Amino acid sequence: MLKNDPHIGSPRNRVDGPAKVTGAATYAAEFAATDLGHGYIVESAIARGLIRSINVAAAEAAPGVIKVFTHENRPQTAWFTYKYRDQVGPPGSPFRPLYSEEIQYSGQPIALVVATSFDAARDAAALVIVEYAEKPHLTDLSIARKDAYKPPKKRLGIAPPPDPRGDAVKAFSEAPVSVSAEYAIAPEHHNPMEPHATTVIWEGDGKITVHDKTQGVQNSQAYVASVFGLSSDNVRVVAPYVGGGFGSGLRPQHQLFLAVMASLALERSVRVELTRQQMFGHVHRPETINAVALGADADGKLVSIQHHAVAATSQFEDHQENVVNWSGMLYHAPNVDLRYELAKLDIYSPGDMRAPGAPLGLFALESAMDELAIAAKIDPIELRLRNYTDHDENDGKVFTSKELRACYREGAERFGWNKRNARPCSMRDGRELIGWGMASGVWEAGMMKTAARGVFTADGRLELSCATSDIGTGTYTILSQIGAETLGLEMEQVTVKLADSTLPASPVQGGSWTAASAGSAVMAACQDLQAQLFKLARKIDGSPFADASDDDIAFVNGRILLRTNPAKSVLLAEALAASGEEKLEAEKSASPGLIGPMRYAAYTHSAVFAEVRIDAELGQIRVTRIVNAVAAGRILNPKTARSQIIGGVVWGIGMALHEETLTDHRLGRIMNHSLAEYHVPANADIYDIDVVFVEEHDDKASPIGVKGLGEIGIVGTAAAIANAIHHATGKRLRSLPITLDKLLAA
Amino acid sequence: MNRFSYHRAETLADAISHLRSNPAAAIIAGGTNLVDLMKYEVERPGELVDLTRLDELRGISETPDGGMRIGALVPNSDVAYDERIAKLYPLLTHAVLAGATPQLRNAATTGGNLNQRTRCYYFNDVATPCNKREPGSGCGAIGGVNRIHAILGASDQCIATHPSDMCVALSALDATVEVAGPDGERRISFREYHRLPGDEPQRDNTLRQGEIVVAVTLAGEASYFAENYTYLKLRDRLSYAFALVSVAAALQLDGGRIAAARLALGGVSHMPWRKPDAENALVGMAAGEETFTRAADILLAGAQPHEHNAFKVDLARRAIVRALTQAAAATPQSLSDKRIA
Repeated sequence: MLKNDPHIGSPRNRVDGPAKVTGAATYAAEFAATDLGHGYIVESAIARGLIRSINVAAAEAAPGVIKVFTHENRPQTAWFTYKYRDQVGPPGSPFRPLYSEEIQYSGQPIALVVATSFDAARDAAALVIVEYAEKPHLTDLSIARKDAYKPPKKRLGIAPPPDPRGDAVKAFSEAPVSVSAEYAIAPEHHNPMEPHATTVIWEGDGKITVHDKTQGVQNSQAYVASVFGLSSDNVRVVAPYVGGGFGSGLRPQHQLFLAVMASLALERSVRVELTRQQMFGHVHRPETINAVALGADADGKLVSIQHHAVAATSQFEDHQENVVNWSGMLYHAPNVDLRYELAKLDIYSPGDMRAPGAPLGLFALESAMDELAIAAKIDPIELRLRNYTDHDENDGKVFTSKELRACYREGAERFGWNKRNARPCSMRDGRELIGWGMASGVWEAGMMKTAARGVFTADGRLELSCATSDIGTGTYTILSQIGAETLGLEMEQVTVKLADSTLPASPVQGGSWTAASAGSAVMAACQDLQAQLFKLARKIDGSPFADASDDDIAFVNGRILLRTNPAKSVLLAEALAASGEEKLEAEKSASPGLIGPMRYAAYTHSAVFAEVRIDAELGQIRVTRIVNAVAAGRILNPKTARSQIIGGVVWGIGMALHEETLTDHRLGRIMNHSLAEYHVPANADIYDIDVVFVEEHDDKASPIGVKGLGEIGIVGTAAAIANAIHHATGKRLRSLPITLDKLLAA
Repeated sequence: MNRFSYHRAETLADAISHLRSNPAAAIIAGGTNLVDLMKYEVERPGELVDLTRLDELRGISETPDGGMRIGALVPNSDVAYDERIAKLYPLLTHAVLAGATPQLRNAATTGGNLNQRTRCYYFNDVATPCNKREPGSGCGAIGGVNRIHAILGASDQCIATHPSDMCVALSALDATVEVAGPDGERRISFREYHRLPGDEPQRDNTLRQGEIVVAVTLAGEASYFAENYTYLKLRDRLSYAFALVSVAAALQLDGGRIAAARLALGGVSHMPWRKPDAENALVGMAAGEETFTRAADILLAGAQPHEHNAFKVDLARRAIVRALTQAAAATPQSLSDKRIA
């Protein structure tokens, strides 16, 4: 046998699954420490103004209270706002907890009560008496959009809209077929199962170990060191298990600051965890309004694309996402005008949420394409095929690969699209109207410079390590697969250590780049180990490989063997033993290189098909079927990959029908701050979800041919559902979520 | 959550005397609502009187008139899966199963279901005004975020709704609430148990100081509605959400004519919403859309929507017609198949 059972490409179970389902996996708020202080955050009740007075006497006198921190007594931290920046934050002045008497948003932390138990801290927190001097606030985007502006400074990693091409206004006005409308998406708040929490272990001598709910331990470490003026040697941040990230843990959040601040001041271990309600004072997907105008010739060929978006941001930061650029690269058009503006509100800064920007922009673009298909009397897939493009027209680059045609074809086949009657309201089952809709999806296939270490030991085991996280995506598993496959081991012989700031450098886990980046780094480290082992194997007495080259051998079943004569082999452990060393070590980094990204554009694509069944009289919408056909390069693990797409689709259903942060603009306050009133899909809302991975070979997006899957699943889903709702009812709903009252009113 | 003392009542009399002597005391049984509200600082009881050891509040039993008596401590799940109830009062079974989740129903009690507080956003957030939570502070929902709020029987003090599904069915079935208090026991007809907010929105029901719900009883004759009934609940997702509008409909048919009718709405008022006139308008009539619409119009007369909930008026009208259609056809709304028949 020349090959192992292939680990890569096989549907492997999660290696961290048993630990998670048995409770052995420990999360940030679950680490214990002697004399642990428990912090509870007091939040602002107003949206803007000043704290006139804050009386903590009663709280400090409450049983169990150790100390109450406010802006009046907080320890000194860094003065300059740039010290509070992090790797992924947008331009502006990052929020500084307890910095001054100024209130910038409702729900802002204004005090931290530290007590000997969580309950004592929470009880005392209710005794803090605050008097405010209120100032007028604005939380309504429909008003603030009048003062929308082009962000003066771009956010790192987010391309601003490209320069206009041609004359989109003129081409639109002359186009024989055209559509123009506004599409809005409600703000959505991050609610991973694990709320944000930080446990700081006071190690003595100014050293701390920080268990943080984060997607980037080294980002948190750098932030803590910078803000508190600590040497990075004294700050170790770990997050081996993360109960869902989705972007909420990319930036250091205020519980990290508060927990570290209290720990350093009190010289004891401190934990701060947010309640579910407090999660709504936190990271969210910004409310966004899109204006899209499409013009086409009589054959449905686009002659003009205009996409202008206005997104909400805070007063203190210009959070930016790629909302409109997709409209310039998904289809061919000679005249394109894309604009992205921000409007300031008295809210906390928005942040990244699964595929930040893309499902917002694509809800608008792909709804508009559906409207254009109807106006031009062309099948929606056919319309997209007529406007297909093989290069990114925003910057003229060729795609590393783009099997979107195959997504349309295979998705349509699986869905049964050819049985669709194009006329709205034409399909019915009893009282229910049936609608079939589709949409395209696209997301970046990024890669970031990442390092990994591999250690092979005399017992035949491989340990891989990297500072990246596994936020539930399956990183532990796919890295185990890559390591096992490269060195010809069983998965059980591979251990993966992640999310410790002392491990080889990695960027935050986000952007769907981790599989490609950490995977390539692990592959490089293992290939280095291969070379070292081969070298050793050649040196042992009577080695069968004396004249063999790299091409002549294979790593199979814990051995190196000769391809031409597999009976001739050397155990890996034997090769190592002969060297007299106890272990072999390799640390390698992988990066996208310089030339590739200049020449090529790398994206994942998808085609999403949705079936809805609607009781038109009562407004009840059921999404009874989704087929999501995805082109994402090489699929490392079909099982975890499928889970990623399913998760994205479920969230897309929530985006389409349920999720909405409701603000009382008079109070400037979020009102539905609990999971009872902020709706995400329940099990009953989820019917069949079918995932298709189309064959896509890509040798440019990353050294291991991987493009990443974390985000593409959500991207086209809401648009496909909205299009299906139109097909079912003849009603075009352009504001998400599509609740029953909106459907009945349309 | 504040500090409180805890008292485990050994007898009903012991519980009543604790409640009477300590106005700051609150009853705890399942705790599915109270504990949440304590965490939000909405409820800050000085003492919790735990009823869960009182065996006299347990059990589902048959009554001499052929009805059923459900003890106040009976969990919602026991009500839902009691075969006698399912046979005699399937409307109740359906309503219970339309609410919450299996986990919550396992913990939540019958008495607690009656006495649960509103899910109004403002009631739940101590940083906002709410006359129900803090009389005189104003109503945040009026002019605020009020999509889920009342369209019927509200006042200028409060537009909160009662969140229960179970109570909508109990109201339709003309249940009776047995209470015990310092002055002994009394029976309150279900329609008299909850109240409209008026200018005392802090009072959800007509219990007097020190009174405890002991049981809910259903009359034997209410089982005549076991054939033609439905509980139709419309909400923002297909499960685990409070009703935007719900309808408990029950009919007795004599050939194609309606001999008796019960109709109650949830999600639209401070209490399950019934009107004898609407039910009377059905009696003696042929079951059909025209008749159903007339009853709906009577039941919804005087509806006063707010900025975000005007849709509820028309939705309720359609839901009533659909529910009566389901009831008349003896095809109650399925709980597992979410398609509305």
